[in-house]
Amino acid sequence: MEAIDIALGLFDLLLVFLLLWLAWLVMSSEDLFKAIVLFVAFGLLMALVWVRLEAPDIALAEAAIGAGLTGALLMAALDRLNAVKPMPAAAVVTSAKREQPSLPSKVLPLVALVLIVLGLGYALLSLPDVADGLVPNVKEQMAQSGVKNPVTAVLLNFRGYDTLLEMVVLLLALLSVWSLGGVRKLSPRNTNPVLASLCRVLVPVLILVSCYLLWVGADAPGGAFQAGSVLGAAGVLLLLSGWHVEQKILLWPLRFILVLGSGVFIIIAAVLFFTQGGLLTYPVAQAGWLILLLESAATLSIGATLAALFFGGIPKSRVDQ
Amino acid sequence: MNIPMIYALLGITLFSVGLYGLIVREHLLRKILALNIMGSGIFLVLVALGKRSVGDLPDPVPHAMVITGIVVAVSATALALTLMLKLVEVSGSAVLHDAPKERS
Repeated sequence: MEAIDIALGLFDLLLVFLLLWLAWLVMSSEDLFKAIVLFVAFGLLMALVWVRLEAPDIALAEAAIGAGLTGALLMAALDRLNAVKPMPAAAVVTSAKREQPSLPSKVLPLVALVLIVLGLGYALLSLPDVADGLVPNVKEQMAQSGVKNPVTAVLLNFRGYDTLLEMVVLLLALLSVWSLGGVRKLSPRNTNPVLASLCRVLVPVLILVSCYLLWVGADAPGGAFQAGSVLGAAGVLLLLSGWHVEQKILLWPLRFILVLGSGVFIIIAAVLFFTQGGLLTYPVAQAGWLILLLESAATLSIGATLAALFFGGIPKSRVDQ
Repeated sequence: MNIPMIYALLGITLFSVGLYGLIVREHLLRKILALNIMGSGIFLVLVALGKRSVGDLPDPVPHAMVITGIVVAVSATALALTLMLKLVEVSGSAVLHDAPKERS
């Protein structure tokens, strides 16, 4: 065994140990703020795990979303929670009273936990060591996919339905947040000159990175989801720095961008259905360009949706003004 | 035991830790964190099992599923957080209480 293998094995063990420890701390620490910070650290380490499992596409998505956007969403929710809830004394007392669960209610979940780990572990270990899954199918069809990155080929070509429906899921999540009446604004904070100038430097870089990820996704790790998440992160940064958008942009142009991804997908699917005889069956010669078009629309929609989810509030309509 | 299998086992352990937190912890924000950890565990199992292929290429289909899953998870988290905030606005508490017992 080479020295590098031993070092990597040790690294794997360290990673496994750290992730378990962090997950346990996220669940057990009393302070919610601490739990969220630990969860962000957990997301970053997960990105490393994806690299170790040779899944760089997932690592990129996890680094942007799991470690970035989810953390921002949780922090914003905690901020809003503290603004809404000036914990009444009575509630503190009742929660203190509820803090002492009986012994069985503590022990039973632990027993169930051990049983689940043992059962699932047994199921995992009884799987065959080698299983090719869908690798041969993907390899066989790669030449006709229009791209060279197998993950992009699966996402946008072989299983294009999934991505189409996912765009609709994103839209649905935002519509649900809006139909709940949105959430209140983040508590006002001092405009920080450091944050403002950081934004001016970082946002153009993030947009550039996003375009790069989108373009490179055809041949190498990257693609619409990663690019969209980076774009969403740029939006979150802008919103945090107190960026104001003109009302008229927030009404129809924003809604247009939000539905662009699903819309382009559905239009292309419908056109292909009539010309090629199947939903999302790309003609081989045009596959590359169609995928790029779909990915560009999806990137814009994902970025806008994620930033809008972070903002939470409904852009005001004329009625409210 | 090979490396992917260790990560798959880590995945089920994370799933169980999340499940435990989901059951035991009362605060809804903690339950949302628990659901996210459970999700990470599931993703880990999917990708680790996809690495059992013979060739140099790990199975790209689970990778695509997990990328989709991560994006769905973040949007579901945003929705869950909004629901939690609405509940707090209405009830003043971020804990789900049992329905008051009926007097017999």
